[in-house]
Amino acid sequence: MDTVLPLIFMAVMGLAMLLYVILDGYDLGVGILLHFAPDEHKDMMVASIGPFWDANETWLVLGVGIMLVAFPSAHGIVLSALYLPVAIMLMGLIVRGVSFDFRTKANDKHKPRWNRAFAIGSLVSAMSQGWMLGSYVSGFRDDWWTWAFNAVIALTVPAAYVVLGAGWLIMKAEGDLQARAVVWARQAILPFVIGIAAISITTPLISETIFKKWFKLPGFFALLPIPLISAAAFGALWHVTGKKSIVAAGYGWIVFAATVLVLILATLGLAYSIYPYVVIDRLNVWEAASATSSLVILLVGTGIALPAIIGYTVFVYRIFWGKARELTYGA
Amino acid sequence: MNETALILARMQFAANITFHILFPTLTIALGWILFFFRMRFKATRDESWEEAYYFWTKIFALTFALGVVSGITMSFQFGTNWPGFMEIAGNIAGPLLGYEVLTAFFLEATFLGVMLFGRGRVSERTHLIATFLVAFGTTMSAFWILSLNSWMQTPVGYEIINGKMFATDWLAILFNPSFPYRFSHMLLASGLTASFVVLGVSAWQVLKKVDSKATHKAFKTALTAAAILIPIQILVGDIHGTNTLKYQPAKIAAIEGIWNTEKGAPLVLFAWPNKETKSNLYAIEIPKVASLILTHDLDGELKGLNEFEGKHPPVAPVFWAFRIMVGMGVAMLAISWLGVFMLRKRTIDTLPRLYLKALAAMTFAGWVATVAGWYVTEIGRQPYIVYGVVTVAETAAKHAPAMIGLTLTAYLALYVFLLISYVFVVKSLSEKPTRGQAPKLPTAAGRKVDAIVEAAGD
Ligand code: HDD
Ligand code: HEM
Ligand code: HEM
Repeated sequence: MDTVLPLIFMAVMGLAMLLYVILDGYDLGVGILLHFAPDEHKDMMVASIGPFWDANETWLVLGVGIMLVAFPSAHGIVLSALYLPVAIMLMGLIVRGVSFDFRTKANDKHKPRWNRAFAIGSLVSAMSQGWMLGSYVSGFRDDWWTWAFNAVIALTVPAAYVVLGAGWLIMKAEGDLQARAVVWARQAILPFVIGIAAISITTPLISETIFKKWFKLPGFFALLPIPLISAAAFGALWHVTGKKSIVAAGYGWIVFAATVLVLILATLGLAYSIYPYVVIDRLNVWEAASATSSLVILLVGTGIALPAIIGYTVFVYRIFWGKARELTYGA
Repeated sequence: MNETALILARMQFAANITFHILFPTLTIALGWILFFFRMRFKATRDESWEEAYYFWTKIFALTFALGVVSGITMSFQFGTNWPGFMEIAGNIAGPLLGYEVLTAFFLEATFLGVMLFGRGRVSERTHLIATFLVAFGTTMSAFWILSLNSWMQTPVGYEIINGKMFATDWLAILFNPSFPYRFSHMLLASGLTASFVVLGVSAWQVLKKVDSKATHKAFKTALTAAAILIPIQILVGDIHGTNTLKYQPAKIAAIEGIWNTEKGAPLVLFAWPNKETKSNLYAIEIPKVASLILTHDLDGELKGLNEFEGKHPPVAPVFWAFRIMVGMGVAMLAISWLGVFMLRKRTIDTLPRLYLKALAAMTFAGWVATVAGWYVTEIGRQPYIVYGVVTVAETAAKHAPAMIGLTLTAYLALYVFLLISYVFVVKSLSEKPTRGQAPKLPTAAGRKVDAIVEAAGD
């Protein structure tokens, strides 16, 4: 029990974070794209994420919550080290979240300003998340190389979110907005690919621990599918966004799906790189874990609640399935 | 530990939680009020209930959004500001917070989408259930977080091994000695806060002559709720105080401004507590009444601050915050009962304008009382974070003061701006005439209804 429980919680935490990146990723992406959209499409773009964003953000709370609950000492180290980027991300999320409501309820005069706040809030959150990921992977080092590394990730994450958001819009929108979304996706693919490639190459260089794990035989061959499948997914992205006929034939969802696939693979790669640490080179899962009795209590709750949450989340997504419509509180 | 950093970290935590609590306090009860409006509509088919629901949903959505984003901030605050707290008490605080996320946050956040935007996509019954689940979820949030907070005030059911706390009895932790009082007092506070917001906004609509039948229905609902809840709140508050006397006598000494242990202690109505001379200046007192209220005996003994030298909270903020809360409670009692009394002979349109203005002025009275109450509670347990066991200073993070100061300033600026925007938007929403704006019934809207709706709703 004592050895397995922390691993289970590490897995649940990883799952929550991955779901957060995918789910809030698409709505932050749509938020960033709001800046580039003409006014007549803005309401529809917001409508496409309106019913979901709140629940999407809750996965972040769960991820951080599990770290807090299952690995309290790691939580302390990580959040103390990331104090500033966390504060910036939170302010970004606050601005983004309130703009949802203020943009339609405030005076019409102010609507453009709330739209801008929406886009900026989304961008700031995405960038600070990237920065945080960078510092986490590099073990919170403070030197120029690490900062450059963090900065690259801080630019890659918004690019990934934009592709994801555009993929979402391709599924949710029709006509002109959909056509624009295809263009947006295509424009963001290149920065996304370059970013991922740069991160993959530099991560082992930044951390010796990670280098040793990836470049030893036969593990290296076992891991080869990760970059190969990612490359194939990027190929699919490029192909689909290049041909209008594919989207027109109803295969636009491939953009979203391929991006999700890349993110899943990236997470797996990251998990492999870091295991068994929670804080790289400093604290492993077992050292960081809380008391077994507390973990058991929580495991019971998670075992019951998580399937239920996934169940009703699917139910709600089905209710709002299909093309987005204008949002009203009435009918 | 760096003193400035500690003070700044505390100010930051206080600013964030104060901002957060404003919105849940309102949404917890407003959710139930909305559910009530929907039920009334279902029972009577009177369109004005529907209109009231529609209008208040807008304010609910806005408030909820603010509650969620500030709540996300809160979930990081323990880690960024009090890392030591989770290291020492994480085994207990952790599962409580975890259960809150799992059983409450997901429920409310997920069904909120259906509640707000689901009309016309799901059946009326499914929509009603979604509304119920949102209200239920917010109440569950309050349950878990208040259980944690109460446990921090009156810790039980734990043992300490190697400087860390371990749970020995979860039921005792969950239903710790101050929890029942705190939970009921908070839910009532929420009910009063929401009632006064509804009442104040409705009164404003009557004053601005943009009222409709729906406004009057909302007005009556809120007035009735307020008039019923406030005496209960005062009673519960009184019992809460007796409970506090038992577990945190130093807090009560600060609340009552009792510097030296005495029998038959007076009730201090007004005074200027002076920490230099350890006495009250300009005191107006009623002899023996404090002893009577707290010990139910005219000559009961109350411990003074002298017994807790160096371990008692700062007196003035606790003393004053308490009087603000109780003052608000008395004002709420007076105004709500006056209203009920006047409405026996009058209709809402013919209420005196002065009375309506007073109600409008009290729109956010619940916020004032709630925040004041929390300040009593939280400042009153200083210097501890877990009462009698762990002090705040032990748990604080070691950030550079400049960095905390910087983020604190940014948070404060953002919060002030958002609060002003919020009040402004509520005001402008309430000045738009609502008459005739009630939405059409779901299927009458004539929009295309896709297949999935039929599958999902029954
Ligand atoms: C609408 C809000 C509201 C109103 C009208 C009142 N309270 Fe209150 N009070 C709260 C909202 C609140 C609160 C915000 O909910 C607190 C903070 C923590 C808690 O448990 O409840 C609180 C705390 C609190 C405490 C501190 C308990 C502790 O921390 O140990 C006491 C002794 C009272 N209250 C007593 C009263 C009395 C005698 C009232 C009579 C009028 C009263 N309250 C009205
Ligand atoms: C129920 C959930 C709550 C929990 C778990 C909680 C926990 C804490 C903690 C950990 C601190 C830091 C220790 C300290 O600085 O004293 C604190 C302080 C504080 N809290 Fe709370 N709190 C809760 C609710 C609230 C609410 C709703 C308010 C206000 C409306 C509030 C107001 C304050 C204030 C003003 C302080 C600073 C007191 C001081 O430093 O003198 N708290 N609380
Ligand atoms: C100090 C501790 C607190 C933390 C860490 C915290 C955390 C959070 C978080 C993360 C959310 C957003 C959930 C979502 O995604 O929907 C939230 C919302 C909420 N919180 Fe808190 N909170 C704290 C204090 C409180 C207190 C003192 C109360 C009430 C008594 C409260 C009641 C609620 C409610 C009802 C919501 C739902 C949103 C709303 O109604 O506006 N929380 N909180």
